[in-house]
Amino acid sequence: MSAGAATVRAPAAVRGERSSALTQVGYLARRSVTRTLRQPIMFVPSLAFPLFLLAVNASGLSAATNLPGFPTDSYLSFALGLTFMQGALFATMGAGQSIAQDIQHGFFDRLQLTPLRSNALIAGQLAGATVQGVFQAVTYLIVALAFGAHLEAGPAGALVLFALSAVVGVAFGSIGLAIGLRTGNGEAVQGAFPLLFVLLFLSSGALPRDLIANDWFQTIATINPVSYVIEGFRSLFITGWDGEALALAFGVSVGILVLGMWAATAALRTRMERT
Amino acid sequence: MSPVRRRWVRAALAIAWRSLHVMASKPSLFLPSLIFPLFFFAAFAGGLSAVGDAPNFDYPDYTTFQYVFVLMQSAVFGGVFTGFSIAADFEFGFARRMLLATRNRSALIAGYVLTALVRALLVWAVVTVVAVATGAEITGSVGDLLEILLIAVLLNFAATLFASGLAMRFRTLQAAPLIQLPAFLIIMTAPVYVPRDLIQGWVATVADVNPMTAMLEAGRNLVIGAPAETLLALGVAAGLILVMVNWARTGLRRAEAAG
Repeated sequence: MSAGAATVRAPAAVRGERSSALTQVGYLARRSVTRTLRQPIMFVPSLAFPLFLLAVNASGLSAATNLPGFPTDSYLSFALGLTFMQGALFATMGAGQSIAQDIQHGFFDRLQLTPLRSNALIAGQLAGATVQGVFQAVTYLIVALAFGAHLEAGPAGALVLFALSAVVGVAFGSIGLAIGLRTGNGEAVQGAFPLLFVLLFLSSGALPRDLIANDWFQTIATINPVSYVIEGFRSLFITGWDGEALALAFGVSVGILVLGMWAATAALRTRMERT
Repeated sequence: MSPVRRRWVRAALAIAWRSLHVMASKPSLFLPSLIFPLFFFAAFAGGLSAVGDAPNFDYPDYTTFQYVFVLMQSAVFGGVFTGFSIAADFEFGFARRMLLATRNRSALIAGYVLTALVRALLVWAVVTVVAVATGAEITGSVGDLLEILLIAVLLNFAATLFASGLAMRFRTLQAAPLIQLPAFLIIMTAPVYVPRDLIQGWVATVADVNPMTAMLEAGRNLVIGAPAETLLALGVAAGLILVMVNWARTGLRRAEAAG
C-alpha cells in the first residue's frame, strides 16, 4: 500500500466497523448533494422552466385577476404556488434519475456488498432532493420578490415556505425514488414525468377552485392532492397565515411522503432480492 | 415525369411509408403527439374557461378559442416529434443507409415532411372531434375552415423543416430538448390564454413580433367566421418555410459531410 493511500481514512463500513445508520445516511447524503450540485443539467432546468412558465402565466393570465371573486390583484403572486409545486416535481425526477443511474452503472450492486441499511440508502438518496427543493424555493422567492410579488405572511412565512418546499421535495422525491428503484431505468423515470405533469395542470394551479367553471375540472382539481399543496404555498403569498390551507398542504405532503417511502422501501426490497 | 423526378418521389414516399409503418407498429411513438394536445386542450379549455368571462374578453367561446391554439400547437409538435424520429434514424444507422441509397437526398427531407403531415392530420382529426364534442362552436364556412387547414399545414411544414435541420445537425436523440425548447418558447409566448390586447408585460411585446401570433389570430377569427388577416398569416407561414428550407438543406449537407 502506498503512503498516500495509508493516510486516507476509509469509511467505517469499509473498515469493517459497524457504522450507525446516521453515519451511513451522512455518507450517502453527501454523495447525493454533491452529485446534484456537480451536474447543472440536473437542477438548471428545474430552476429555469418553472420561472419561465411563471413569467408567461403572470403576463398572459393577468386578465384573470379581473374576474369577480379572484383573491388578489397580482397574478404573479397567485401563480407562485404552481411554480413551487413544479419545482418539487423536478425533484421527483432528480431522485428517480439518480437511483436509476446508480442501478444502471453498477453502483447499487457495489453498495449491496456493504453492510448498508436499506433505510439509510433511501434517506441518503433523498437528501439531494431536499437540498434541491430548498435551493429552488429560495431562488423562486428571490426572483418573485424582485419582480414585484408580495409575501403576505412576511419573513416568518418565508421560513414556512422553505419548510414546506423541503417536505414536498422529499415527498415527491420518494415517489421518484420508488419509480427509479422499481424500473432501474432512467428512460422509464423520464417517461413518468408527463403523468406527474398532468397532476400539475389538472389542479387549481391556474385558477382558484371556486372560479373553475367546468364541473368536471373542478371535481378533478378537488380530488387532486396537488391542488392542496399549491394552495398552501399560495396562501403564504396572498392570504398571510391560513392555518387550514397550511395544515392541508403539510398533511397532504406527509401523506404522499408516507406513501412514497412505503413504495420506495418495497421497491428496494424487491430489487435487493433480485440482485 | 422524368426518371430522376420519379426516383425522387419514390424515395420520399419510401421514407414516409417506413416512418408511418414504424409509428403504426409502435403506438408509444405516436401516442405522446396525440395525448399532449388533448391534455393541453383539457387543461386550458376545461380549467381556464372562466377566463373567457374576464372584462374585455371579446371572443364568443373559450373552448373554441383554445381549440385553435391546440390545432396550431399540434401542427408545431407534429414537426417536433418527427424531428425526434429523424434523430433516432440517424443515431441507429437507418438514415445513414438511406443517404447511401438515395441519389437526390432532399427526398429524405420530403419523406419526413410527409410523415409529419400525416401525423398532424391524424391529431387534428381527433382534436376536432373532441373539441366539437365538448362544445367548441365552429361557425366558419367551409372556405374559412380550409384556410385554417392551409395555415396549419404550412406551419407544420415549417416546424418539420426546423426540427429536421436540427436533427440532421446533431444526429442523436440527445438533441431532443434542443428541438423541443424553441418550439415551446414560440408557442407559449403567443397569445395562448387571452387575446393579445389583454396580455400585459413582456409577453405582450414578444407576442407582437411572434410569428405564431398572426397564424393563431387568423385561425381564431376564421373558425368563427369573423374577418381575418389570412394573407398575413399565410405570408408569415410561407416566410418561415423559406427560411427553414434553407436550414434543413444545410442540415442535410452537414449530415452528408459527417458520413
